[in-house]
Amino acid sequence: MRLICPLCGPRDRREFYYSGSEDYLNRPTPDAPAEAWDDMLHLRDNPAGVTRDLWYHETGCGSWLLVTRSTTTHEILATERVADRKGAGA
Amino acid sequence: MRYSGLKVITEGLFGNKGWTRAWRDPAPKAEYDAIIIGGGGHGLSTAYYLAKNHGMTNIAVLEKGYLGSGNIGRNTTIVRANYFIPGNSEFYSHSLKLWEGLELELNYNVMHSQRGQVVLFHSDGQRDLQIRRANAIVNQGDDAEIMTVDQLRAEFPYLDYEQTRFPIYGGMMQRRAGTARHDAVAWGYARGADQRGVDLIQNCEVTGIDVENGVVRGVQTTRGPIRAKKVAMIAAGRSGQVAAMAGMRIPVESHIMQAFVTEGLKPVMDAVISYGMGHFYISQSDKGGLVFGGDIDMYASYAARGNLPMVEHVMEAGMTLMPMIGRAKVLRSWGGIMDMTPDGSPIIDKTPIEGLFIDAGWNYGGFKAVPASGWCMAHLMATGQSHEVARRFRLDRFRTGQLLDEEGTGSQHNLH
Ligand SMILES: Cc1cc2nc3c(=O)[nH]c(=O)nc-3n(C[C@H](O)[C@H](O)[C@H](O)COP(=O)(O)OP(=O)(O)OC[C@H]3O[C@@H](n4cnc5c(N)ncnc54)[C@H](O)[C@@H]3O)c2cc1C
Ligand SMILES: [Zn+2]
Repeated sequence: MRLICPLCGPRDRREFYYSGSEDYLNRPTPDAPAEAWDDMLHLRDNPAGVTRDLWYHETGCGSWLLVTRSTTTHEILATERVADRKGAGA
Repeated sequence: MRYSGLKVITEGLFGNKGWTRAWRDPAPKAEYDAIIIGGGGHGLSTAYYLAKNHGMTNIAVLEKGYLGSGNIGRNTTIVRANYFIPGNSEFYSHSLKLWEGLELELNYNVMHSQRGQVVLFHSDGQRDLQIRRANAIVNQGDDAEIMTVDQLRAEFPYLDYEQTRFPIYGGMMQRRAGTARHDAVAWGYARGADQRGVDLIQNCEVTGIDVENGVVRGVQTTRGPIRAKKVAMIAAGRSGQVAAMAGMRIPVESHIMQAFVTEGLKPVMDAVISYGMGHFYISQSDKGGLVFGGDIDMYASYAARGNLPMVEHVMEAGMTLMPMIGRAKVLRSWGGIMDMTPDGSPIIDKTPIEGLFIDAGWNYGGFKAVPASGWCMAHLMATGQSHEVARRFRLDRFRTGQLLDEEGTGSQHNLH
């Protein structure tokens, strides 16, 4: 499996650290109830098909990437830097 | 039909014409007292103990493929009870005791072989941890012994003890651990459940779960709707999708895990060995193949095949630990879909929907759990109460913070 880093190009899977589902980007406010935190940290849609998850280009440019890919074929459909997303904060 | 050695001999003498099917192939009824979704090891053992221990025989197991087509037929068959933390340790202890009586119980040869498992350690820190673990295991009445390098050398002369990076300091041996024939475990429970009246329905995929006002009513399947007041979701790697049919999001992410087997060899190793550095464990099957595996591939996946980096890692670890393995040829490799929970421990619980139960999150360790999981899940479904040894396997423990983090690595799906 190769991931396509927007900065570094196609790179071997071993250069990346897999973190988990894009749910991790939906961080609740500090005073949100336990349910909201549980939702972000633990509960998953876990789709068989297209999913979006977070990968860190550990031995490359050090970017956090949001990868759209298939969990049934391992095909990589799209990759973007988390920092480049619309509305991404500083 | 009762199986026995005498039966094998007489059938052999008379052309093996007297064998009958091991279980029926019934059409689904319109309604059952309870439905089990998933005909893997856990679904079948749950059905067996519902019938045997609780007299519930008007039940059905619905399996989308054939019985045993999931992880129950894909694992590396290690059975052990060397868990450490309260919540896990008593459960696996109970399971191993059930294993020890399983063949008599089921009248089925599951080839349970208590050949021992040794977990190696390679540093002072690992040794301290394994000694502590061994003490805890002994204290709860199970067996564990710490082996020195000299003792290990005598039993396992083919390991590389003086490797420069990870010299072997010793190991924790559990003599009662071992292996079993995975398919036979599914078949044995299936036959036992069928004999007690349970309908085992194959090629029957559940496509929907009917819930009205927070109460489960039954399921939709590729063979028509079936009503039931109790429904159990026991779908291992597919648990997330099955739970979604009831509108639930559960703390499970499915990952791929690979395993490998070599060509058949003469007996070379008579115990299960787990490497303490790198991910590698190995045993020899009764057929002679060296069966070995490593860790999950570390990304969410439903493909029943993995990627090459983990293949390379497992081979490297194997060569480091026991260089003789380099002479064997790998025959096959495959993958299975693992239902990973954030803390690496399972779930046996009710759900917020009345009458709907869940048994899931077995990660890569659910084969050894098959007997106790069925025992405890049946207890929960029949009595409405968690069984004593499974009472901490709660669905909501991530929200409440009552984690069962055996490895102490944190609460995230890819860390176990
Ligand atoms: C490579 C590998 C090595 C392993 N090694 C070990 C080991 O050494 N020791 C150990 O203890 N454990 C091990 N495991 C883990 C163990 O195999 C699993 O935890 C366990 O088998 C899971 O439970 P099960 O048997 O019920 O799962 P499965 O056999 O996967 O059963 C689930 C069933 O549900 C069915 N299903 C799914 N969705 C539906 C639906 N919608 N409708 C109807 N049916 C459905 C599936 O077809 C499947 O048959 C290993 C796993 C793998 C993949
Ligand atoms: Zn990069």
